[in-house]
Amino acid sequence: MAQVRVTVDGVNYADDVEPRMLLVQYLREKLGKTGTLIGCDTSNCGACTVHLNGRSVKSCSVLAVQADGGEVLTIEGLARDGELHPVQKAFNECHGLQCGYCTPGMIMAAVDLLGDNPDPDENEVREGIEGNLCRCTGYQNIVRSVQRAAQMMKPGSAVPAESAAPVAGGN
Amino acid sequence: MIPAKFDYVRPSSVEEAVTALRDAGEDAKILAGGQSLLPVLRLRLAAPSTIVDLGGIAELRHIAEDGDRIAIGAMAAHHDVMRDDLVKQHVSLLSQATETVADPQVRHRGTLGGALAHADPAGDLGAVALALDAEFVIAGGSGTRTVPASEFFVDYFTTAIGEGEILTQVRFPKYTGWSTHYEKFNRTAQAWSMCAVAVALRLDGGSIAEARVGLTNMGTTPIRARGVEAALVGQQASEDAARAAAEHATEGTAAPSDADAASDYREHLARVLTGRAVLAAAG
Repeated sequence: MAQVRVTVDGVNYADDVEPRMLLVQYLREKLGKTGTLIGCDTSNCGACTVHLNGRSVKSCSVLAVQADGGEVLTIEGLARDGELHPVQKAFNECHGLQCGYCTPGMIMAAVDLLGDNPDPDENEVREGIEGNLCRCTGYQNIVRSVQRAAQMMKPGSAVPAESAAPVAGGN
Repeated sequence: MIPAKFDYVRPSSVEEAVTALRDAGEDAKILAGGQSLLPVLRLRLAAPSTIVDLGGIAELRHIAEDGDRIAIGAMAAHHDVMRDDLVKQHVSLLSQATETVADPQVRHRGTLGGALAHADPAGDLGAVALALDAEFVIAGGSGTRTVPASEFFVDYFTTAIGEGEILTQVRFPKYTGWSTHYEKFNRTAQAWSMCAVAVALRLDGGSIAEARVGLTNMGTTPIRARGVEAALVGQQASEDAARAAAEHATEGTAAPSDADAASDYREHLARVLTGRAVLAAAG
């Protein structure tokens, strides 16, 4: 066993874990943070994306012990005081999800992208989320959601969360 | 799937890591960023008895100017390499190729040294290191040695790093002012290169004074396309010259056939991509 001390969504944890335990397992099974999903289990799909020390990572490709001393942010830690993060709001408003399985990872990748590039064009959004797969192929509205979130997050932005952004139709 | 059980060591210096590796014996495996190793462990394609994690060695993450070289610690993350101003200024080809590696999450964790030591022939950075005559600094029980890129890549997933040794630094000569481009061909986002071409040109007026060309996934190791280089030197950087030189792109290659592409298709790609890369580099 090895010890891992991490801060996850603002709370400090210290646990003895097997060195082979993946970070995603630690989050889900040890801490009960099941908002982070396991998708492909082959490092491709990005469903398990969380932030480790401020950067997006695939938590199925990081050992829990590698996160020792670090800070993890999951989808469950994004909302503040009951208020959804702008990227969460935007996904809601712009219909950025269909089945929802990729959503936690997509949102964490998008939050990282917008931290890096607060005003991405469509191509930059598509490049920025290339590590995340949506099996519903709902990318159009995911891209819209990220761009919408960018608008909402602009300093002094007057864009109210409720005002409906154009949403693609059913076809 | 979950990896098989292993012992885990996280040394805080290169010396400690070399000792840990020696103590662990031949069944030990070095963990750098883990973006290739973790999937391999999860699929149980490997089950090492001990993992020596280099993640605790801060000194291996540096990127610094060292005389006429840019020295990059083996544990520098792809994300940091591609954003680094020194790298952009003096080794732009490395910056460009690194931007094409996998996806943002993998680039946040994956490392330059890990990728090169893994030596996947479809990996993008080997062709760059080879074309640019990088040097590999390798630490072991009896001290440190430096291996030129031309001797580093030995075979499929095999490098000059010996048992009990650790790649600590990769040193690139400065190519300040060179015109560079990495042209990669893959079918989907984040996929491996089916074929890719790394080109660095020193232009003098409109003509090519020096050329360096490396090929990805055209053999069991990265390949230096010396025939293309020779055909480019002294030529005007024109479409005709690029196309003519590109005809030499498959010389000395042994392109694999796999589910992605047959070898003759890869050879076709190598020629086409070489032409594109030269023209893109020449601007």
